[in-house]
Amino acid sequence: MTGTTWVALLSLGAFHGLNPAMGWLFAVARGLQERDRGALLRALPPIALGHLASVGIVAALVTATRSVTASTALAVVGGVLLVGFGLWRLLSERHFRWAGMRLSATQLAGWSFLMSSAHGAGLMLLPVLVAAPTGASGGHAGHLDAAPVGALLGLTAAGVHTLAMFGTALVIAVLVYEVVGVGVLRTAWFNVDRLWAGVLVAAGVFTLIRAA
Amino acid sequence: MSRWTPDPTFYPSPRDAVNAPAEKLAYVAAFDRTATRPDAIAVLDTDPDSPDYGTVVGWTDLPYTGDELHHFGWNACSSALCPTAPHPHVERRYLIVPGLRSSRIHVIDTQPDPRQPTIVKVIGPEELAKRAGYSRPHTVHCGPDGLYVSALGGADGQEGPGGIAILDHTTFEVRGAWEADRGPQYLAYDFWWHINHDVLVTSEWGTPSMIEDGIVGELLLGRKYGHALHFWDLARRRHVQRVDLGDQYQMPLELRPAHDPTKTYGFVGVVISVEDLSASIWLWHRDGDTWAVTKVIDIPAEPADPADLPDLLKPFGAVPPLVTDIDLSVDDRFLYVSCWGTGELRQYDVSDPFHPVLTGSVHLGGIVRRTAHPAAPDEPLAGGPQMVEVSRDGRRVYVSNSLYGAWDDQFYPDGVGAWLAKLDVDVDGTGGLTPDQRFFPRGEEFRGLRVHQVRLQGGDASSDSYCFP
Repeated sequence: MTGTTWVALLSLGAFHGLNPAMGWLFAVARGLQERDRGALLRALPPIALGHLASVGIVAALVTATRSVTASTALAVVGGVLLVGFGLWRLLSERHFRWAGMRLSATQLAGWSFLMSSAHGAGLMLLPVLVAAPTGASGGHAGHLDAAPVGALLGLTAAGVHTLAMFGTALVIAVLVYEVVGVGVLRTAWFNVDRLWAGVLVAAGVFTLIRAA
Repeated sequence: MSRWTPDPTFYPSPRDAVNAPAEKLAYVAAFDRTATRPDAIAVLDTDPDSPDYGTVVGWTDLPYTGDELHHFGWNACSSALCPTAPHPHVERRYLIVPGLRSSRIHVIDTQPDPRQPTIVKVIGPEELAKRAGYSRPHTVHCGPDGLYVSALGGADGQEGPGGIAILDHTTFEVRGAWEADRGPQYLAYDFWWHINHDVLVTSEWGTPSMIEDGIVGELLLGRKYGHALHFWDLARRRHVQRVDLGDQYQMPLELRPAHDPTKTYGFVGVVISVEDLSASIWLWHRDGDTWAVTKVIDIPAEPADPADLPDLLKPFGAVPPLVTDIDLSVDDRFLYVSCWGTGELRQYDVSDPFHPVLTGSVHLGGIVRRTAHPAAPDEPLAGGPQMVEVSRDGRRVYVSNSLYGAWDDQFYPDGVGAWLAKLDVDVDGTGGLTPDQRFFPRGEEFRGLRVHQVRLQGGDASSDSYCFP
């Protein structure tokens, strides 16, 4: 992993944290409902945890696979997957469904996990992970016992990414709760989903081009 | 079709929504009692600066006859901003218009020309029956995870149970019945929710055979119409508690929960008490871990000469107020109560929901009074204020005069007519209602059809729910 890789992971984390659908808005709603900033702050860790789980699974899979197979095959499969998922997100009119508002911390983490997974948050890290040089473990590629090390690297990447997501969400949630107010949603809630889907497609194309 | 920024008619909180601009158009359900001509959605001009103010400026005939339009609603509303499943880039654009008698559900597009809506989809009664097991669709609310449509009857000729069907947000296909466990609930009518508390509330009217040929005296005196509220877990779709108002309180109909999502109270109107023909308003609220109801308003019947009364009421020598619709302003301050029998619209300050204060009253029509509108003082009016809708800023109230085809004929046997009035509200002072003399579409303007629910462009006090206080 190079410095560029870490910067990319952090930036994507910030991008995910920025999306109201990824959790900060839920935290704000809980704070407003309870008239208590503590409720807002307590909601964010489970949300981040759910995001970490969603992203971590993909990241660990990618890096573990990468340490045992040729990276070209992985890049092609991953790239096709990304383009397909991105196009589906772009063209599908369906939106995530979840009926309840009153969730325990565990349910909140579950909600966040599903939300991140449905949006393909982990997939978005794929090009970064595929493109990154594997560093010390790179020399052992092809050995099955390299897989756990690779997975660990993926989890670390997911962790760093989630920290950035958490930080961004925290800052925005507190800002909206304390200063700006939810009225800002009416004008500032840019259709991140569409942009998001576009980023997924672009990331897939990028991965495929590099693999070619 | 999704937008880049949220639909401008969505507001995170009721506090924001009261600052919404005034509606320029209103949509009105109009139906042909004889079922020989198509029902229609009439479009009214509500812009006081327009030369057509107070007149019908658009008209959309339905494709079939005999629908009996009643209530309807928007495909999307402020609940799209709710954080669990946000989708604020959809458009508030389609009206979901059920035929209460035909069980058809129409999807009507108000774009590109909001004055000339077009029909884009008709869901047949067979789809509603097959997918959800219901008939006689009624109330429509835009939920965070789909469109909720209540229905009074069962499928395939079954009387019940009535319940709620879920429609897909985007395809408008019937997805199925909402209830996972309906407990003792059988009768259905209206519903709404405390969205942030995962609570859904339903009320009771009657089954199709109890209403479609008129109110049945024996059933009413036998206390067989609905008299209970049901509280449900909105997330788990399970019945939680039945609260009986007492079987003398027949027909608790419209449900108006507080718009403030931190609150857990609401109002329901009861049409008639079989003990003294009075109408009443009840408050539902939490009582420890359970739900409870408290009667907060009593409206007595008015004595009358039997000669002035329709056959149905002659034996009683009195006019029942017949509270058939109520509406709560978006700021939860004023409750409007339609007394369709006595021909009166009342305004109560419900800032303290347990102790409403009467702040305004306007008489129009009425079984005996027949009060004329000040814009046409020589025309005695039949019917009374019935469906009531309040603008988001709370400054304008619209009332229409038909209740339900067969019931209109019983209480106004010489003809209920068709009229729609607008009342201005003094929201800056202590309340009060004044009829707008420039706004009184009636009679032939509605082409012989009767008028029922009014929906305001951009939303109104009974269309949107909010997830942020």
